Amino acid sequence: MQPFTRLDAKLAPLPLANIDTDQIIPKQFLKTVEREGLAKGLFYDLRFDADGREKPDFVLNRPEYKGAGVLVAGDNFGCGSSREHAPWALMDFGIRCVISSSFADIFYSNCFQNGLLPVVLKPDQVQQLMAEAKGGNHLVTVDLEAQTIVAPSGETFRFEIDPTRKEKMLQGLDAIGETLQAAGAIDVYEMKQALAQPWLEGA
Amino acid sequence: MPPMPGKTLYDKIWDAHVVAEQDGETILYIDLHLIHEVTTPQAFAGLRANHRPVRRPDRTLAVADHNVPTEGQGRGVDAVADDEARLQLQTLERNVQDYGIEFFPMGDVRNGIVHVVGPEQGRTQPGMTIVCGDSHTSTHGAFGALAHGIGTSEVEHVLATQTLRQQKAKNLRVLIEGTPAPGVGAKDFALAVIAAIGTAGGAGYVIEYAGSAVRALSMEGRMTLCNLTIEAGARAGLVAPDATTFDYLQGRPAAPKGGAWEMALPYWRTFFSDPEAVFDREVRIDAAAIAPLVTWGTSPEDVIPVTGLVPDPADFASPDKRASAERALEYMGLRAGQPIAGAAVDVVFIGSCTNSRLEDLRTAAAIAQGRQVAPGVRAMVVPGSGLVKAQAEAEGLDEVFKAAGFDWREPGCSMCLGMNPDRLAPGERCASTSNRNFEGRQGRGGRTHLMSPAMAAAAALAGRIADVREFLR
Repeated sequence: MQPFTRLDAKLAPLPLANIDTDQIIPKQFLKTVEREGLAKGLFYDLRFDADGREKPDFVLNRPEYKGAGVLVAGDNFGCGSSREHAPWALMDFGIRCVISSSFADIFYSNCFQNGLLPVVLKPDQVQQLMAEAKGGNHLVTVDLEAQTIVAPSGETFRFEIDPTRKEKMLQGLDAIGETLQAAGAIDVYEMKQALAQPWLEGA
Repeated sequence: MPPMPGKTLYDKIWDAHVVAEQDGETILYIDLHLIHEVTTPQAFAGLRANHRPVRRPDRTLAVADHNVPTEGQGRGVDAVADDEARLQLQTLERNVQDYGIEFFPMGDVRNGIVHVVGPEQGRTQPGMTIVCGDSHTSTHGAFGALAHGIGTSEVEHVLATQTLRQQKAKNLRVLIEGTPAPGVGAKDFALAVIAAIGTAGGAGYVIEYAGSAVRALSMEGRMTLCNLTIEAGARAGLVAPDATTFDYLQGRPAAPKGGAWEMALPYWRTFFSDPEAVFDREVRIDAAAIAPLVTWGTSPEDVIPVTGLVPDPADFASPDKRASAERALEYMGLRAGQPIAGAAVDVVFIGSCTNSRLEDLRTAAAIAQGRQVAPGVRAMVVPGSGLVKAQAEAEGLDEVFKAAGFDWREPGCSMCLGMNPDRLAPGERCASTSNRNFEGRQGRGGRTHLMSPAMAAAAALAGRIADVREFLR
């Protein structure tokens, strides 16, 4: 996993609630056996018209938001399917941080597997960031160590994050390698289960 | 010493699966891992890159469901027309072969939608932990199993370790009491729950469904209810196992037999919420007050009774919800204040992991029997598995549907997400028994109205969204 520490980037506003994973990456892009190359499908139906032409008014197509690294969106971002293609597509496009007032559980977990930082702020702070991002000055600073977002206006918002998840993201740790350090405990669990629930063996 | 607080059903399953605590996370043992073609290729690639084996191939079961065509399955995977879908299906076949994982290939009578197959085979059992790279894994909670969707990195983690690193969720109990009116069933219960708490309402919780109306549901009904838990924002839903559960399980291929059954039963019976257990939140719903429900917008929380009117975006509280509602009305081609009944449909889809089991097909067939699909409506029935299809055919349900003008298809996820050729064209309106009415979900520009199988059958006959109560006999 890519570590995330601190990011200075352009902020793009997407002021809609319930942006689901079908919108983030539509189904036709899920037929890949790769993790890479999904940027082309990111927000496909929002970014392109039926003939595959860019919609000039969509936020990520507008010149002032080109190269945005941070997205600020409405409530319940990432609801819907468990597809990890959603964080993969965002990362592949260059988005490293999404800010919202709430995230769907599975999407939120998936972000932490990939070094994409989901930041939860209060609804009024989200509204303020959207307003500032629309105003023409789009630079924000995201500091995971300090747990702060510095808005374009210079105002600083502090955010909460689980300390375990924070530490892993700062270091970019491999979860499987870490769990395999507890392989002995897994062996013991399996031996006990085989005795207590023998019907589960050889199913 | 204060008395020990009681445990919830979720607490009990969690406690029974703790392997270790490590760095603020719990390593939780996973009893059953279901896999399919779409969310696993990158996980197996990760295993290969790191030279890691699959720890418990015997606790892993593979199906091909998301992008299989719903006709001509007997011709095999190599005959699948879509190049990318074919490559994914072939990749799964190679992976299960390389790692010795049990697999029901496309065309095998046991194959079908992963959340139909697990229970049908008796692989899904009470007290288990079950995961799958699919958010509707919550379905298996109907058996009192802790079951939820995971991403591909976690699929790789489970393949390699048979565990997941987790943090415990909070407990939410949804009590549904009373007797529903005729024409109202589990799908309406589920939509009523989503309408009550919203699509983000369950975030951070595991939901336990309880109450007399839940106890009275069949296993199929409980699966429908638990299936839609993710649309209420919670990863997992649960129903405590009881005689209905055990009756369903007994005799299924992977269910314990003989002495093993006698051992399993008392263990399974320990999985219920203690009377003194404390829930972090509780929601009560009166089953008798639920009308047949239908969605009007592009979020599963956009629910109204079939007798209701499309709401006005101006009535929504927050600016982003207002913006979303305005966008939804435009996308759906509806006006604020318009009665939802009467909206003309082009397509009817009966299927998906939500509503493709035998009971769903029986309910829809009872409405369709001796009647005709309205002219110009394309209506399709996609059974959830080869075994559901075979049983439905043995009961003559296929003949009822075909005589009424429905297309009778082969099993798969099909038009629920349109990864295979079954899709809506732009602007087409669909009465669908599936689980998501998101923009573009069933095809770019497609307009989805979620409803029960009985309501979808009624819509097919009427050619418009219609109140199923007018079709009851």
